[in-house]
Amino acid sequence: MGFSTTDRRRAEAIAAKYPQARSATLPLLFYVQDRDGWVSPQGIEDVAEFLKLTPAQVLGTCSFYTMFKTEPVGALVVSVCTNVACLVQGGPELHEQLRRRYAEDDSVFVEEVECLAHCDRAPALQVNYDFHGPHTTDSAVDLVEQYRSGAIPARTISGTAAGGDR
Amino acid sequence: MTATETRIVSKFLRDRPDDSWTYEAARAYNGAYTRLEQAFAMAPEQIVEEVQKSGLRGKGGAGFGTGQKWSFLPKGVFPRYLCINGDEGEPCTFKDHMLVERDPHQIVEGAIITAYAIQANHAFIYLRGEFALGGERLAQAIDDAYRNGFLGKNIGGTGFDLELVLHRGAGCYIAGDETGLLSSLEGERAMPRIKPPFPAAQGLYAAPTVVNNLETISTIPHIIANGGEWYASMGVNRSTGTRLFSVSGHVERPGNYEIELGMTFRELIEGLAGGVRDGKQMKFFIPGGASAPWLLPEHLDSPLDLDFAGAELRTMLGSGAITIFDETTDPLLVSWRLAKFYAHESCGKCTPCREGSSWIEKVLYRMVKGQGRPEDLDLLLSFGSTIVPGLNAPFAQTTICALGPSTMSHVVSLDRWFRDEIVERLTHDADLRRRLEVTSA
Repeated sequence: MGFSTTDRRRAEAIAAKYPQARSATLPLLFYVQDRDGWVSPQGIEDVAEFLKLTPAQVLGTCSFYTMFKTEPVGALVVSVCTNVACLVQGGPELHEQLRRRYAEDDSVFVEEVECLAHCDRAPALQVNYDFHGPHTTDSAVDLVEQYRSGAIPARTISGTAAGGDR
Repeated sequence: MTATETRIVSKFLRDRPDDSWTYEAARAYNGAYTRLEQAFAMAPEQIVEEVQKSGLRGKGGAGFGTGQKWSFLPKGVFPRYLCINGDEGEPCTFKDHMLVERDPHQIVEGAIITAYAIQANHAFIYLRGEFALGGERLAQAIDDAYRNGFLGKNIGGTGFDLELVLHRGAGCYIAGDETGLLSSLEGERAMPRIKPPFPAAQGLYAAPTVVNNLETISTIPHIIANGGEWYASMGVNRSTGTRLFSVSGHVERPGNYEIELGMTFRELIEGLAGGVRDGKQMKFFIPGGASAPWLLPEHLDSPLDLDFAGAELRTMLGSGAITIFDETTDPLLVSWRLAKFYAHESCGKCTPCREGSSWIEKVLYRMVKGQGRPEDLDLLLSFGSTIVPGLNAPFAQTTICALGPSTMSHVVSLDRWFRDEIVERLTHDADLRRRLEVTSA
């Protein structure tokens, strides 16, 4: 399959910012993640082909970073911090409640994450990389539902803006 | 108790909370980019000297002299690169998060001055991937700077060219290590590299490179505007100027506070952050991000001085993150959670850290769970000493980067401050289990 003409033009613009094209690996992985909704094997191959690397090299880099989802996760990624500042202020409980609430829901992916640098608003969470907190389970569910209904425009699961200045 | 902030890098963003990140506001009310003229009137070496005179030290964790770092670049070797480290991942640290979201033009201006000082024509800001809004605002700020002729070719008619690239990370703590950052920026796993060669000699693409923290870079325009002596007149001993401290945990008013170094922990925690929440007592606090050994209430009257923290308190001010835990906190639980963090973030390159970090987590887990053995704390110290020989701050290490010793700083803290309490608890747990077995047999 490979990159379409549009993909290629976008990829060339990204790679042109760097003295060496391989530096574009992370931004191109974000690009294919936005294109496909996840980093699929095809996405890995496309990035590899464009950068003249092997798919194994690209996957090797990709798998090191938590923001790349190598399995489909739905439209919303809810990241709940349980590191120490959140640990003592209800982070693990919030994560557990949200995880149960959305366990059967393919469109919402709840994950436990390391410190989000939002510790003054503990327990903190992100929805597609928008910061929120502090939250109770009820207020967090309400928040996720607002994203789901479109009342709050969601970023992509790479954190790319939904459109316009926000 | 009266304690006040001394706002330098955080002044504008506090004064104009509604639009401080916009080009228009930064230009109109904060003199953004006006220090460029002052900087370009100076020779690059003069800027390096001025920054050395200021005593400015890196605000990311290690506290190395910024001007000194710049002066290590080998003469006459080009191209050179400037990399700005905004991959803020040290648990409990949230100062760069604020700076990038609320004053991106200060960062861009600092980047231009620094690149000019070290004669780099290509600079990168490595920003933590999770900072989506910050990334958006910084990208906008960079666009604005290009559009107004502060970036690109022949800036302000000086003949100096600079390309500034925003590079988003993708979720990984170790990219915040300066050589891990370089590996990541080259499109690889963010694995730290052995030093020497230091980045100043062979950094990005094996070219001379300076890596500075984002708060450090944000300080540069102010040093140019007011002079190195002005900056050095603030602070205490070799800890000059101000720093942003991120205060979190069980306090009344968590947040970022920019204070003159030399203030005491008590003035910061009780005076500014309002002290422990809900009238409770403090059990312990982490004074410099998750990698820093813990301190007790009895240390609250110590000064916030980088060298005093190391020499006298055997800890560090690190990333400037202070987390307070009240009397209801289980230190073992906090220690286990930190161990889990390091086990997850260990990049796997060095054996002592790769193997050690997950074993530390496993042993702490059974201790928290009531499955511990009385000798478990000593067991941790025993294999921990293969990562941190001597187990004493300043930490020696058998690993390439500082993540290795950081896996043990909380364990060392347990041993230092809570040994009796923990051994008693482990003995009690073991005794309970033994009696349970005897009874059920």
